[in-house]
Amino acid sequence: MSSVPLALPLADARAPSPSQAFPDAARAALGDTQLRHNIGHATKTIRAKRAQVVGELPDWEELREAGRAIKERTLRHLDTHLLELEASIGRAGGVVHWARDAEEANRVVGDLIAAHGAREVVKAKSITTEETQLNEYLAERGIHAWETDLAQLIIQLGDDSPSHILVPAIHRNRAEIRELFLRTLGDDAPADLSDDPRALAEVARRHLRRRFLSAKVGISGVNFAVAETGTVSVVESEGNGRMCTTLPEVLISVMGIEKVIPTWRDLEVYLQTLPRSSTAERMNPYTSLWTGVAPGDGPREFHLVIVDNGRSRVLADTVGRQALNCIRCSACLNVCPVYERTGGHAYGSVYPGPIGAILTPLLEGFERAGSLPYASSLCGACYEVCPVKINIPEVLVHLRHGVVDHAARTGGARARLAPERVAMKAMATVFSSRRRYESAQRAARIGQWPLTRGGTITRLPGELSGWTAMRDLRPVPRESFREWWRRRSGPGGEGA
Amino acid sequence: MSDARTEVLARVRQALSDVPSDEKPEDVFVERGYRTQWEQASRSEVVDRFCEVLADYNARVHRVVSSELADRVGRLCREHHLRRLVVPPGLPAPWRPEGVELVEDRGLAISELDGMDGVLSGCAGAIAQTGTLVLDGGPRSGRRAISLVPDHHLCVVEAEQVVALVPEAVAGASGAVRERRAPITLVSGPSATSDIELSRVEGVHGPRELDVVLVEPGP
Repeated sequence: MSSVPLALPLADARAPSPSQAFPDAARAALGDTQLRHNIGHATKTIRAKRAQVVGELPDWEELREAGRAIKERTLRHLDTHLLELEASIGRAGGVVHWARDAEEANRVVGDLIAAHGAREVVKAKSITTEETQLNEYLAERGIHAWETDLAQLIIQLGDDSPSHILVPAIHRNRAEIRELFLRTLGDDAPADLSDDPRALAEVARRHLRRRFLSAKVGISGVNFAVAETGTVSVVESEGNGRMCTTLPEVLISVMGIEKVIPTWRDLEVYLQTLPRSSTAERMNPYTSLWTGVAPGDGPREFHLVIVDNGRSRVLADTVGRQALNCIRCSACLNVCPVYERTGGHAYGSVYPGPIGAILTPLLEGFERAGSLPYASSLCGACYEVCPVKINIPEVLVHLRHGVVDHAARTGGARARLAPERVAMKAMATVFSSRRRYESAQRAARIGQWPLTRGGTITRLPGELSGWTAMRDLRPVPRESFREWWRRRSGPGGEGA
Repeated sequence: MSDARTEVLARVRQALSDVPSDEKPEDVFVERGYRTQWEQASRSEVVDRFCEVLADYNARVHRVVSSELADRVGRLCREHHLRRLVVPPGLPAPWRPEGVELVEDRGLAISELDGMDGVLSGCAGAIAQTGTLVLDGGPRSGRRAISLVPDHHLCVVEAEQVVALVPEAVAGASGAVRERRAPITLVSGPSATSDIELSRVEGVHGPRELDVVLVEPGP
């Protein structure tokens, strides 16, 4: 059913992209025991907390279903909702800008900052601007963007990249953060700084406070934008989001086209499911909701930049479209057995974990991210926790199909004869007929004997060795269920 | 070459070619099977729940009857050495404590707010289920900056302002948003971060101390 434009590489994407295929990056990450310890500890803690606060709500499943349905309604009529949002914000005294890609989004933001003569801006966490690499772009124009979310600050100071949607510095432990602060923050970090998270947070407060109080321009992302009222919201914990969206004279918020929701009432669903799914709290400390410009209260100018950057491509894939439901809670990362072991960097994208494994190839094409749909064991835990019911395993399988087809179309005879493709084709032929299936079983029983050791096949030959490099294989049994059934019930007893 | 707006909208429309042209947004069914009211709970259970959940965030909750309010606020100020508080202009006179300098916000500069020991405000509502204060920029909540820059927030909540569930509060704020584009801030405990090893630390950029005084109509 899908019209699959996935295979097209995104010519205009400047976003960070997997420079290394997932299996290679994952192998390197697995060797880093500190990283595995940090991530294992953190994800285990948050899984338990999430389960507890989700369990408190007797209507959790109803909230998930409503969250999914609202997104479906939004996406199927995205043009209508975006136009309504633009009109509402205009009425409320804000200005809407549109951007086709990352480069255009950055230029719009840069021009606005330059028009106000600002050389520095304070910035609340925004994954969309990570995707567009806004900070790097602004630096080229001589504008410094202060990241004010604690984890983003840690990333920025360490010249590092985020490894988790919610807690981007999850791969760093307290001792490493203390070292980093001592090395980079000068007088704001006292020499006797301890590695107590409380003391570390205090250093960040001191370091950023004067910037908040004097910044002329603030930049934020967007969690939800209400088409009906023109209300934009930022959901956060530290208060840096409030600082960035309240104190500067000019506020610029950047959102992907999929962040719009139709009505004010729809907030009642996501304000319940997002905090419980992300930080495992009943409610996050601060949610700011502003509607254009409020006279005498907050910024005097508000700009909203609506960015496509590959999202319309995702929208065109009728199976993959649901990836745009994502509200960036990160619950799927915390439950994923693959993420828990490899961490976020192995995904080579600003969107790591299960959601990244589908979103990145959909946004960027298989040329750049073709190994990501395989970065999963299809266990389904991600789907189960997703507060907007994205069927990640379904999309993964759909994308794997797309990867193989894409390779066949673009890779010539070699790709057409790739063992996986040939094997899948052969399997389809065999599985489609009982006669062929049974004779294949008999052939396998004969063929496997030289490989079986102690009732297990530990190494397959040649092209098939990849399968057994990481796992053992049970041999085909001496007698199949069908054969046993036939023998047991005698001739004519086979029934249907 | 078309402009960005035209092109983005065209791409979106093309991507949605599978959607029948006569389908309307409201044709996509949204089943709201979740709770919008907490029917079994009594008023006192709702208020108790609010206080419990808020205390869970390490906010301090003080329950008083209305005749005790100003005295209790005064005592809190002395305990925490708060000598100068900013207040929104609409803060009711009977809430104002003796012996503390109260500075009404008539557009104070950010640097002046930074010099305050704290802020004393009311709110527009509160949510029991999540321990949340709803601020709406109105005469009792004040401008957003006054409850943000000072390091200590004292907030007065009247018992009848507490609703049980999130949907009730969202519906409650709707009028202010539509009629006067009110900026809404939901506050659930003091500012916090879990960015270091996912262990929660209270007190980052927003107020590090939150005292909520819950007032019930007194004798």
